[in-house]
Amino acid sequence: MNTVSEILEQVNEIFRDVLDNNDIVVYEATTAEDIAEWDSLSHIQLVVAVEKHFKIRFTSSEINAFNNVGEMCEGIFKKQAAK
Amino acid sequence: MEFKELKKLLKKDYSRLPVIKIAVLADSASQLFCQALKGYGYTQGIHLDIWEADYDQIYPTVLDSDSALYTTAPHYVIIYQSSKKLLSSFYKNSLQQKKEFADKQIDFLKTIATTIGTRINTNIIIVNYAEINDAVFGNFANKIDSSFTYQLRKLNFALMNLAISRPDINICDLTAIQNSFGSNTIVSEKLYINTDNVLEIDALPVLVKNITAIILAYTGRFKKCLILDLDNTTWGGIIGDDGMEGIQIGDLGIGKAFTNFQKWVLQLKERGIILAVCSKNTAHIAKEPFEKHPDMVLKLEDIAVFIANWNNKADNIRHIQSILNIGFDAMVFLDDNPAEREIVRREIPEVTVPELPEDPADYLSFLYQENLFETTSFTEADSKRNEQYREEAGRAVLQQAFTNEAEFLESLEMTAEVKPIDKFTLPRAAQLTQRSNQFNLRTIRYTEEQLKALCNDKNIFTFTISLKDKFGDYGLISLLILKRTGKDQLFIDTWIMSCRVLKRNVEELALNQLIVLAQKEGCKTITGEFIPTAKNGLVKNHFDTLGFSAAGNNLWEMNVDFYEPKSNFIQIK
Repeated sequence: MNTVSEILEQVNEIFRDVLDNNDIVVYEATTAEDIAEWDSLSHIQLVVAVEKHFKIRFTSSEINAFNNVGEMCEGIFKKQAAK
Repeated sequence: MEFKELKKLLKKDYSRLPVIKIAVLADSASQLFCQALKGYGYTQGIHLDIWEADYDQIYPTVLDSDSALYTTAPHYVIIYQSSKKLLSSFYKNSLQQKKEFADKQIDFLKTIATTIGTRINTNIIIVNYAEINDAVFGNFANKIDSSFTYQLRKLNFALMNLAISRPDINICDLTAIQNSFGSNTIVSEKLYINTDNVLEIDALPVLVKNITAIILAYTGRFKKCLILDLDNTTWGGIIGDDGMEGIQIGDLGIGKAFTNFQKWVLQLKERGIILAVCSKNTAHIAKEPFEKHPDMVLKLEDIAVFIANWNNKADNIRHIQSILNIGFDAMVFLDDNPAEREIVRREIPEVTVPELPEDPADYLSFLYQENLFETTSFTEADSKRNEQYREEAGRAVLQQAFTNEAEFLESLEMTAEVKPIDKFTLPRAAQLTQRSNQFNLRTIRYTEEQLKALCNDKNIFTFTISLKDKFGDYGLISLLILKRTGKDQLFIDTWIMSCRVLKRNVEELALNQLIVLAQKEGCKTITGEFIPTAKNGLVKNHFDTLGFSAAGNNLWEMNVDFYEPKSNFIQIK
């Protein structure tokens, strides 16, 4: 079982991999506004990669409700806890 | 391969790669598709320069004659409609309209293809429609023509007929991909609902691989030859240890997997794929099952080049390549042994070496998915290709046995038939003028009609030459067209020869015949011309070699009276 901070660490790796930029660092408060490569197209890829990595499935409404990285990590944590 | 790997390739330097221009017309979000396509092109060494039409604007784009679809003059237009969109428009129809749905959709595609085809010279690739079982009728959908299942299958079937009737239309078989990977793997409802992307992100690499295979096949990059290992690839067990009775093949146990594999390989051969064997074995032991085993599907005569020895396989594949004279990138090598695969991959990276699964039972389904043998044409002549190459291999082996060229040529026992174009040879003669690029002195193209007209002109003389040797029949391989340009002048309008008969003295034979004709017609001088093109450098010195004198401006002359007939080893029938 991952803690939220472990999740954040892994999410960082996913962002760097999918957005193909090793300099990216995301924090809980980070939003798409903060990162140049994070657009609506790469957002789909990020969600798919997160789902694959943590072996979870988000519902459509959950995906649309994430306002920042922290909320995404919370979402991952809850899904894992429910498994 | 994953989508993100392809996306990373978008940052690479494409400037040195050959450019192929593509237009993509889609009714769903196509950005990710285009990214994947471009990235996959990079893995194949091509720069796919993609123009993407606006979202869901297929029809207006095609109608608009000022559209970039036309001004960018793409080599290929990809039409990618989703069956989800089709389903929602299907539901809007009345019962009667539902029954005509597939017909209407085919008419729509015909209109689009015809409009594009009349405005630009391009190839159209239509992605066919993934199946959706909407379960409105359950299995009864198969029994009623107003169901979506019925109409969608009818549509995919009609699409094949459309492609058969129009050489410029090709189908990318998404249904086959769906069949192989399953709807749950390739379709993502969530992505579709949220982003209007129809396919799962990691299904895109498979789709673009198939589209690229079609494009590569068009540009001449397709597989022509399958090289087989024997032990545990073509049959189970090791022939050298287990012997004829011990190898596994036939109806029992794992033998069935190898039999099915051989049946598939035989189908490839009949489609025109050349078969070769490359095995670490003693030759006569390796050949024995082909000659004597009752359950062997493949026979010795199916194999164009059979190499069994204890040399390095990469060297043996180089040897096969030199005999067949095709590119390494046109070869596929199948071997169950990972070490052998690795050696060949490392030494000849151009050869495709699939990572065969461990269990022979999985060979076929794996090879189906790999889709190694894409093509853009099939004619009856293709099914005879193996025979031709087998003959060629026989010649190559014979040639190695001779150090003296003349002795080799003599041993071929060549006979030729020389005659003017007639109604039977007219199509082949026209094809030679249209297709020959290398051994072609002036590269003048003629249609059948034009050639026919020439044959009726009393100042025109034609020769066709057909050649046979003890290994087989080359068919009609050379064409000459002569024009009387003055009372005692002959001009060589066309001199073409198939490169398959280079170094067989056919040129010398042709010139001898030409002189005989000139003498009969009272001509004193024969003039030839070499018109250089990008591809006919091979015959730059053709007239010089044959003893013509330079007359300037790429013109060459031969004085008929001083001609000494050239010796050659071809008997005229």
